[in-house]
Amino acid sequence: MQISHYLLDRILPTVTMPARYTGGEWNSIVKDWDAAQVRLVLAYPDVYQVGMSNLGLMILYDIVNRRPDCLAERVYAPWVDMEAAMRQAGIPLYSLESRHPLREFDVLGFTLPYELNFSNVLNMLDLAGLPVLAAERGADWPLVIGGGVGAVNAEPLADFFDAFAIGDGEEVILEILNACARAKESRAGKLELLRALAGIPGVYVPSLYQVTYHDDGTVAAITPTTPEARPRILRRVMSQLLPPPVDLIVPYVQAVHDRGMVEIARGCTAGCRFCQAGMVYRPLRERSLPEVLAAVEAIGRCTGYEEIALVSLSSASHPQIEEMVRELIARYSHPPLAVSLPSLRIDTFSVRLAELFQGRRKTGLTFAPEAGSQRLRDVINKRVTEADLLATAEAAFAGGWQRIKLYFMIGLPTETLDDVAAIVELVQEVRAVGRRYHGRRAQVNVSVATFIPKPHTPFQWSPLVGEDDLATRLALLRRGVKGRGVQLSWHAPQTSLLEAALARGDRRLGRVIHRAWQLGARFDAWPEHFGWEVWQRAFAAEGLDADWYARRERSFAEVLPWDHIENGVSKAFLWDEYRRALHGETTPDCREMCVGCGLAETLGCEGAG
Amino acid sequence: MMQMNRQRLRITFARGETIKYISHLDLARAWERALRRAGMPLAYSQGFNPRPKMAFAAALPVGYIATAEIVDVLLEEPLAPLDMARRLAVTLPPGLRVVSIKKVDSRLPALQSQVRAAEYRVSVVWEGDRADLEARVAALLAAPTLPRERMHKGRRRSYDLRPLVEGLRLEDETAEGYCLWMRLRHGTGGTARPEDVLDALGLADVLFSVERIALRFPVKSNENVTEG
Ligand code: SF4
Repeated sequence: MQISHYLLDRILPTVTMPARYTGGEWNSIVKDWDAAQVRLVLAYPDVYQVGMSNLGLMILYDIVNRRPDCLAERVYAPWVDMEAAMRQAGIPLYSLESRHPLREFDVLGFTLPYELNFSNVLNMLDLAGLPVLAAERGADWPLVIGGGVGAVNAEPLADFFDAFAIGDGEEVILEILNACARAKESRAGKLELLRALAGIPGVYVPSLYQVTYHDDGTVAAITPTTPEARPRILRRVMSQLLPPPVDLIVPYVQAVHDRGMVEIARGCTAGCRFCQAGMVYRPLRERSLPEVLAAVEAIGRCTGYEEIALVSLSSASHPQIEEMVRELIARYSHPPLAVSLPSLRIDTFSVRLAELFQGRRKTGLTFAPEAGSQRLRDVINKRVTEADLLATAEAAFAGGWQRIKLYFMIGLPTETLDDVAAIVELVQEVRAVGRRYHGRRAQVNVSVATFIPKPHTPFQWSPLVGEDDLATRLALLRRGVKGRGVQLSWHAPQTSLLEAALARGDRRLGRVIHRAWQLGARFDAWPEHFGWEVWQRAFAAEGLDADWYARRERSFAEVLPWDHIENGVSKAFLWDEYRRALHGETTPDCREMCVGCGLAETLGCEGAG
Repeated sequence: MMQMNRQRLRITFARGETIKYISHLDLARAWERALRRAGMPLAYSQGFNPRPKMAFAAALPVGYIATAEIVDVLLEEPLAPLDMARRLAVTLPPGLRVVSIKKVDSRLPALQSQVRAAEYRVSVVWEGDRADLEARVAALLAAPTLPRERMHKGRRRSYDLRPLVEGLRLEDETAEGYCLWMRLRHGTGGTARPEDVLDALGLADVLFSVERIALRFPVKSNENVTEG
């Protein structure tokens, strides 16, 4: 039974931005409910404006809706005022397209962007009227699955999900829906369906594994309990990218990134050691110039967007990027269609590119040196020198930009106060360059984030920086980065501990997440809603220690909670990279030369060239 | 030279239930994109962020449906209104519909400064009897002044609602209550909203829905905009 407009009209006038909850967007697809054999609702555990900027969800929406026998709809986390209004009026969480309650779908598929959304997942399940624990949901409840980068260590969410899809979702989503269709037809029980799912490559069914622990709390073993469940779940990879979706949904409410998107490449070869995306999206797959041009043309026509972003982890590294940008600028000067690149490298080539696509706009340029000293940049394998940065800044200021934004991390492995002092010096040098061109109008904005060690990266063994050390480093930055022409911003350090604990957590953390949510945790990524006390109480109540998860240096011998999720990059390579990092040795970009990450053996990467 | 060919088209449009909760800015963006999808030869502003040159007669508040809103669109080259209507029919999102399109003199003053009044149909959920409601309407109309307060830029300001109410009458009964017709001042001389009138009628707490059915202009420019 659809939720009626009549009912919604009673609560929508009382909430902020009500159009987030009414759908009807251009290019959204409302299929015949009764004609669909399998019904999927794609869920994003953050607000509409954030979720609508997620390309992954849009790709799956497009693929599933192309299937005549399936339908895919969407749902986002209602903001706190809407949640309260829905609970008070007894309205369950419903899909935007047809306004069906979530529990009437066959499959509920969550995109899991990162750890600070976990409490929202539970909240959405509950708002939908589903038991949050997977064990309490029989065959008559929707199947709850998760995917996206957060699924590469899904252990903390194991209690709440029926299955996870690891890696690229384009093919596996259809295989999962097929299995659901068969189960529906044969009226299979829940366990039967779960076993069928476990047989699909890349699908991880956590309830079919048993985890044992050593006395010291570390994992002893993760073992399958049925023959269908594989000891290791190998990540799914599309050897070639499908044509990109062009009928992108155009939101009415302005999304965080209110523009069209073309994924020009997936994967990255740079090999930065802190970067999880760089490791879990390998190998590099690029779209050709003609394919990108055709996609931009179609997106412009189908959406009416006035800006299109060429997205990838390192857009400026696409071999044909300059031609691409030149051609697009030439084609779409009138009517105007702006092109943007979300990620620039630190080199003068990137500034030239920006000159092309920003034209006279010159809104500001962002670069990410990540660390202040050469030594530390070598540790994290960010192969950029101070000279590179200064030359890039010089090119930008000389090109007319007055404002530059620099991203740094603090709390990186081996970091000392000297490395942090080096950030201050670097920022001052960049400001000095800016002054030569723009005098007192030159502006350098510095954004600092705490480094969080993530699974499947060379730093997965490394501890999160201690609280006191973090405070000292921040104090040093606040003393140093101030005055005219510079501005410092940083993230609340307390979310770092939670993010780090959940990122490398095991199954037992499910109890902590469950309790924290019961105590009111939600929207942890939003500073106005994050409360560390709530999480502290939840950890204490379950007898677990966030510090133990986040700040313990792990040994090579330790079984990591995500060891059975095979990303394709070998553990030996990651360990070797970790050792090299500690010795300050860099590793080259594997675009020129394969550095033997293991993907050639596991996922058939054909290597450089 | 290009300027010579420019053409101003006046679109009268309706907004339905599906998208009644979008803000005025969202509505403007939705129009821009629908016009772009339709491949209209839009005239753009100069500058770093070129925007199509278009102007709405009046912002439509969140939650209202409407049957005769007006937007002027400037084109770089002439286009038959019928042609535009045909193309927009397939690029407008659900909930937006063209009522009519006509050419207007591009030298006419900006639409927004021209609106003098707006007419509404307001449905209220109300169980009381008709005579009571009629009496309240009559009392409001008979009042010489209706001093009220409203918040303006964070400050309390007092104003008189009475002269802003140009017309008010009780119309047909609905399944759950009654429908009120209102004609309220709009624009530089002061603006009243249907909510203000409901409040003055002692109906502040009832459930209601608003449909804006007409925008009214001074008699002189009337010939160009009489739809609705
Ligand atoms: S196998 Fe070689 S080329 Fe392929 S991603 Fe790994 S290091 Fe790079």
